[in-house]
Amino acid sequence: MTYLLWGLVCCFLAAVAASLPSAYRVRATATLGAIGCALALSASLDTLIRGSVDTVHTARLLPTFGLTLSLDPLGALFVLAAAFVGFASCIYCVGYARDEMKSRSALTLLMIFIFALLAVPVAASIVSFMFFWELMAVCSMLLILTDQRHSRDARSASLWYGVLTQLGAASILFGFLLLTTHGGGQTFADLTHQASMLSPTVRSFAFVLTLLGFASKAGAVPLHVWLPKAHPEAPSPVSALMSSTMVALGVYGIVRVGFDLLGGGTVWWWVAVASFGAVSALYGALHATTATDLKRLLAYSTIDILGLVLVGVGAAGALVDSGHLGVGELALSAAFLLVLAHAGFKGALFFAAGSIERSTGTRDLDRLGGLVHTMPFTAVIFALGACSIMAVPTLSGFSSEWLLLQGLLHGFTDQSTPALIVMLVGVIALALTGGLTAVAFVKAFGIGFLGQARSRDAYSAPDAALSMKVAMTILIIPSFVIGILPGLVIPLVERAAQVGLSTDSRSPVLRGVGLELSHFRGTIEPALLLIGFVIVLTILLAFSRGLANRKARRVDAWGCGRDVQTSRMQYTATSFAEPLQRVFADVLRPKTDVEVTHVAESRYYEQSLLYQNRISDALEQHGYRPIIDATLFVGRAARRLQNGSVHRYLAFGFVALLMVLVVLA
Amino acid sequence: MGSASSTLYESLASIFQVLLIMVLGPLLLGFMAKVKARAEGRVGAPVTQILRDMRKLLTKERLHARHASAVLALAPMVIVAATAVAVAISPLVTTRPLLGRSADILVIVYLLLTGSVASALAGLDAGTAFGGIGSSRAMTIGALSEPALLVAVIALSIQSGTSNLPAIINATMSHPDWVAGPSRLLALVALVIVVIAETGRLPVDNPSTHLELTMIHEAMVLEYAGPDLALVTLGAAMRLGLLFALLSNLFFSWGIARHLSFLDVFVGGAVLVAKTLLIALGIALVEIRSAKLRLFRLPELLAGGFVLSVLAVITGLVTR
Repeated sequence: MTYLLWGLVCCFLAAVAASLPSAYRVRATATLGAIGCALALSASLDTLIRGSVDTVHTARLLPTFGLTLSLDPLGALFVLAAAFVGFASCIYCVGYARDEMKSRSALTLLMIFIFALLAVPVAASIVSFMFFWELMAVCSMLLILTDQRHSRDARSASLWYGVLTQLGAASILFGFLLLTTHGGGQTFADLTHQASMLSPTVRSFAFVLTLLGFASKAGAVPLHVWLPKAHPEAPSPVSALMSSTMVALGVYGIVRVGFDLLGGGTVWWWVAVASFGAVSALYGALHATTATDLKRLLAYSTIDILGLVLVGVGAAGALVDSGHLGVGELALSAAFLLVLAHAGFKGALFFAAGSIERSTGTRDLDRLGGLVHTMPFTAVIFALGACSIMAVPTLSGFSSEWLLLQGLLHGFTDQSTPALIVMLVGVIALALTGGLTAVAFVKAFGIGFLGQARSRDAYSAPDAALSMKVAMTILIIPSFVIGILPGLVIPLVERAAQVGLSTDSRSPVLRGVGLELSHFRGTIEPALLLIGFVIVLTILLAFSRGLANRKARRVDAWGCGRDVQTSRMQYTATSFAEPLQRVFADVLRPKTDVEVTHVAESRYYEQSLLYQNRISDALEQHGYRPIIDATLFVGRAARRLQNGSVHRYLAFGFVALLMVLVVLA
Repeated sequence: MGSASSTLYESLASIFQVLLIMVLGPLLLGFMAKVKARAEGRVGAPVTQILRDMRKLLTKERLHARHASAVLALAPMVIVAATAVAVAISPLVTTRPLLGRSADILVIVYLLLTGSVASALAGLDAGTAFGGIGSSRAMTIGALSEPALLVAVIALSIQSGTSNLPAIINATMSHPDWVAGPSRLLALVALVIVVIAETGRLPVDNPSTHLELTMIHEAMVLEYAGPDLALVTLGAAMRLGLLFALLSNLFFSWGIARHLSFLDVFVGGAVLVAKTLLIALGIALVEIRSAKLRLFRLPELLAGGFVLSVLAVITGLVTR
């Protein structure tokens, strides 16, 4: 805990250091921030290994209520993710920070953002939690505007995010307030006591209110609208932090309130959480396949993965409710493992996308291509990250999805109908998103990095700076650790899951070379699979060397008889996803216009052809638009009352006074 | 039997499985072509034609497209290696292959997916229109068929309480009454559809077409020549052999070796060959009578397969 506090102090000092002269501003800030994150990292690891709980209360820092911080394994898991990605972001910034990102305000905000990310999971009272939560929201909202202050998209994204996150925070606050109605304590320890005295209806109300707020932060459909707008517009270190750790704090909130404070509640809570998750997973995966903006694609895939995490949390809740503690713990461990894995590979992917944006000035896949030749390092990192997220065996996405599937599969032993529905929905979501994610990331890598450059910028793009390469490498390491030796990480997530569910049951996953379930038959040994794969690959390499001793001759690609192959003849991201877009046209609602202009002399010859294809979020168009329009209409109507005339305001005052008198009389 | 010697026997069994599928896969392709030719009144190429083609290709020069990267050169090896690992650990000839403990359905599905991803990336690597067409279509079909494969096998795992394939087969052999259960039958139909889609047979893809606009797998690998093409063909053939073998073993497990004696393994291999030949015969007969479906009618077929597999899970839950 002491280390964590020092880490927070370091992050705060880093924020102060951001006002140094610009010559050494970035390095000083990044160094202090990295030290702070490293301290927080060691504190969280220590807590996860020892399973200790430390609480600090100080009355001085926040007026009236004081600040209560408590580091337990559940919170430590999320501190771990935030500190790890924060550490890498600080390093990444050294090479990335230019122009706007180098300004005092941006660096200060970034450090306070990291500070808040580290503090939210350890806040242990309503006031401290809401304080850090709002700090996190405000900083990230302002950071979205850093790089593209003048673009309309960035402003609109920031506004959407601001409105949704504030509504969410209000909802969370109401939920917390309901919990304090019996007795006045506001620390989480007090709430646990008071919650047990509340009626089930009030508890359910409180849970639903907090769930709405936290689910919106976790990007759960239909409260996700801000996410695919905000993540692409933010500078890449911020996108990485938002996508890999901030959204995970939504999951943290659900687990903390649902399991820890309210002690599990009833089964339909968790059916709701799992349905949120399954819908998000499918919706996110589907939109990721058709997105052509690289960072938007990554943002949608965040919605997808967080959806799967929520499925795991929901399954755990449903199983614990019917008394299957062991399987429940398994499902929750799987969800947490997925959170950790996602923090690593999604951070690396956003860093890679950021270095592409830095080098080429665009993140539109239809204008990229051939980057594997010009940016080989970034290409390798992106390929590894993509393989992890596609759950290629022996990488982290695979281990965590395997564990999640085992949780769901053995959850079928449960006999209660709601639990069975949760498991079934979860299995369907897991299966369907697997294939769709593969399409999305084959598209992202194949169109963005392979083939020929589709624009001049992509043709001559320099690779990332050294510090950016280091940061990307750091974030890709967990993909291998969790993937090849999951046994090293499983004890940590299990500890967090046990604290979350307040059990001390026998650990459901045995370790060894790989993962082995202790109550059921199920094993994977990724390390051995990898050895087998490498052996076969070596044999094939040796074989092909011996066979065709000469180097491959370079020839023109087969052009179907045409001499000239230009880069415009390649498939683009749009055309790659077209078949799926057609299959799922009912959900995606694409708007396609084809405009053909004919030659004046003959109707049979075409002069030009204009093809436009746009996919906007259907939920935003049909769900949010009407609400916004109605609000604007009411606002305009209200404006008519105010015409600036003093006489009218006096009249309003008089009428209001009369009405008050009438009511009182 | 000591643990070291049992590991040795398991390794030998796994190597036998890989070698068997390496030969059996191409032979199955040749056999299906032969059956189709005979049914159409032609003599047809010999059954060993694919193997002969591969031998010829291995002696040719390696050619790579100008704009291609290392992906194009590595992909064939990754395809073969991923498929070979899947074959080595799957219960094909015996229920006790090396690393059989890790032969989880998710491992097999995602190893196959690794192969598909590698070939789709290779299709995009040269930067031509055909590669793009093939990759895009293959990934679209894969995205719809792989979920059905996963869920169909999960329907089987609900009965046996594990997603480990050797364990599922062992459980099936000790409960013969499961085989004719409604859940199994639904899963079987779903799996047949998936296997047809995953191996690129009619009515999903036409393996013998080279008409540009209808190719799927062939368009994706159009840039390959020489030894690389031999590896790609081998990978596709092994994938077919593996899927046929799994299909036969999961539903009609009898004959598979449960002990690692030479006789048992030999019998297991022979029975496996017979079972996969029967499946190949069935699929060839279906192919004679069906035309290729329009690309945009395929999702209906594959969605049908997925719905059947979900129904299999639900039926399994209700009837257990």
